[in-house]
Amino acid sequence: MSSATLPAASDTQSLTGAEIVLRALKEQGVEVIFGYPGGAVLPIYDAIFNQNAIRHILVRHEQAAVHAAEGYARSTGKVGCVLVTSGPGATNAVTGLVDALLDSIPLVCLTGQVPTHLIGNDAFQEADTTGITRPATKHNYLVKQIDKLAETVHEAFYVARSGRPGPVVIDLPKDILIGKGAYKPAPEAEHRSYRPQVEPEAAQIAKAVALLKSAKRPVVYAGGGVINAGPEASALLTKFTRLAGLPITNTLMGLGAYPASDPQFLGMLGMHGTYEANLAMHGCDVMFNIGARFDDRVTGRLNAFAPNSLKIHADIDPSSINKNVKVEVPIVGDAAAVLRALIAAWEASPAEQDRASLAEWWRQIDEWRGRKCLAYVQEGSIIKPQHAVKRLYELTQESGKETFISTEVGQHQMWAAQYFGFEKPNRWMTSGGLGTMGYGLPAAMGVQVAHPQALCIDIAGEASILMNIQEMATLAQYRLPVKVFILNNRYMGMVRQWQELLHGGRYSESYSEALPDFVKLAESFHGVGMRAEKADDLDRVIREMIAIDRPVIVDVAVDEKENVFPMIPSGAAHNEMLLASNQISGGRGVTDEGTALV
Amino acid sequence: MPDASDMTQRAATIAVLVENEAGVLARVIGLFSGRGYNIDSLTVAPVDAEGRLSRITVVTSGTEMVIEQIKAQLDRLVPVHKVADLTLEGPHLNRELALIKVVGSGSARQEALRLADAFRARVVDATTESFVFEMTGSGEKLDAFINLMRPIGLAEVSRTGAVAIARGTSSLTT
Repeated sequence: MSSATLPAASDTQSLTGAEIVLRALKEQGVEVIFGYPGGAVLPIYDAIFNQNAIRHILVRHEQAAVHAAEGYARSTGKVGCVLVTSGPGATNAVTGLVDALLDSIPLVCLTGQVPTHLIGNDAFQEADTTGITRPATKHNYLVKQIDKLAETVHEAFYVARSGRPGPVVIDLPKDILIGKGAYKPAPEAEHRSYRPQVEPEAAQIAKAVALLKSAKRPVVYAGGGVINAGPEASALLTKFTRLAGLPITNTLMGLGAYPASDPQFLGMLGMHGTYEANLAMHGCDVMFNIGARFDDRVTGRLNAFAPNSLKIHADIDPSSINKNVKVEVPIVGDAAAVLRALIAAWEASPAEQDRASLAEWWRQIDEWRGRKCLAYVQEGSIIKPQHAVKRLYELTQESGKETFISTEVGQHQMWAAQYFGFEKPNRWMTSGGLGTMGYGLPAAMGVQVAHPQALCIDIAGEASILMNIQEMATLAQYRLPVKVFILNNRYMGMVRQWQELLHGGRYSESYSEALPDFVKLAESFHGVGMRAEKADDLDRVIREMIAIDRPVIVDVAVDEKENVFPMIPSGAAHNEMLLASNQISGGRGVTDEGTALV
Repeated sequence: MPDASDMTQRAATIAVLVENEAGVLARVIGLFSGRGYNIDSLTVAPVDAEGRLSRITVVTSGTEMVIEQIKAQLDRLVPVHKVADLTLEGPHLNRELALIKVVGSGSARQEALRLADAFRARVVDATTESFVFEMTGSGEKLDAFINLMRPIGLAEVSRTGAVAIARGTSSLTT
């Protein structure tokens, strides 16, 4: 405890609950809290007022506080911290909590609660927060005795960051916060029941090596678990993949775990993945899944998923293994530990790879790459959204600035995933599992707080951005120069795309009517607004945006009718892809069963 | 190794050793309802001297893959110490307690008592027009007795659901 502004250790008996909370946060390494005050948490705000060790960022909506903490956590590898009040403060945070749960983002969210004697009385701003957030969190706590307070905060951080990370809620009744008690430092002893397995079993690693060495058509399928395991895991993944000469694809959450510019990288897989990545998955004989979870957006129709393959699945969460896809070699462990063991076993193994088959497999992959599934034609003055993302990528590269990208949810998110190349982990924040519109702006805000000098861009759609637009005020208050890059096609584009493909072109309620003037909107929030309407405007506007050291909204008018391709329609297999309008590859298009899926 | 294409359902008696803390039962039940798993019965009570640990016995059914999932999902709950699939791990004892109220008079009373004796059910309460029988045994045995009581004057049944323990020296607690 280095801070002179927090009470000294000798005063431990006279600390209030709120002071105990702050002291525990400090011990856990918290530097920033994203929050919003209210009656039940006023004692904590009082304690925040009386210290300088921990910074508080005042958001404009509690959902944004959680997404900001997610952006902070995802870009730093630390646990994000949120503080909201009881009742509506807590319920507003729920979407963010579920988002963090599905994407395995470590967070601790402190919620205020009415005093213990009022719990259950329908008191003002009372909600059953632990009841509501039980399925929305990895774990949650209601603190009813002050002598449990410090240890609960320490345990919450341990639970949030260990094993498969996730959000943890601590519900804090007001009488606990104003009561007096003793501070306890973080325990050194192991947790009594929660001890996730980190090191893989050697026997499973040996099986994986034998299988991968004998493979004729191998593929690596790496997901967000590699990012969660820290930058070392990404470095080890790159080392192993190169050592073994394997083709590799990343999930949406895994982008950046392997350098996008590397010749062994096949791009993202899944519903809007590349032709080569999906066909490699479909045609492989050995699949090595590390830190991914066979999500339905990845597998397509399960009974046609990689039909002739033997599968190795490494995951820190045993419940992810054999959940929807049966695997032959399950490996429980942390991605970095698994890769370290795998590389050692690979190098020690005398077995030789089948070089001839591997060369033939690469020849086949190169043929698939020859389809150039991400090609598009930019001609005339109408801006293609793909082109806008591609130029954004190239010009940010050219600027030499460290760049972090977040997105909202929809077509623009997929174009960002397809056309923005990620060379390093922790540079890409997107709502993958829950698909939360309104995620990108607050997430970028959290990233910018953690990386004040970096270029933080939210690639957005004109519909999504309105779901948390109030955070422009937070950007202004803290001088966070986040850039919002809107691909404005005047439609909820992904809804419109599905309506075109699945609902006979009946564009029910998907047109973005009565949009604001985004330039004036930016200005009214003390930022800079710019617009690109023609292809010729694009580079100038992007360069200007990068140069401005203030919050900027760039409104890019893009082709309203453009769809995201390739696309595996719901209920179809990896080899049944739509490559562009009217161009179906080996498929039967959309089936009735597919229409029923989401 | 569970086979995804194997749709055969089986019953499983799963013992779960948990921290005896507020909300832990809600977590377990919420897990089953949230993920669409079956609960045929569920019992819970503290089992150690300090009252720090509780044992939940849950009887469920599903395909092999679903039962594997249930166990993995239970095991990753923070307050869960141990999960054991008693059905899979070997011979085990499975018992249930029921209190069964039978109302009637005349020959029906005689018949109820005679059957209770045959099933080793104990009379724990009696009035001139009713009996309450206490009975322990497997679920099937309880079902059989209750079905016999139906035409005789079955008025009310209260059952605990199954509790189970492995035979032999192995122990979940140590």
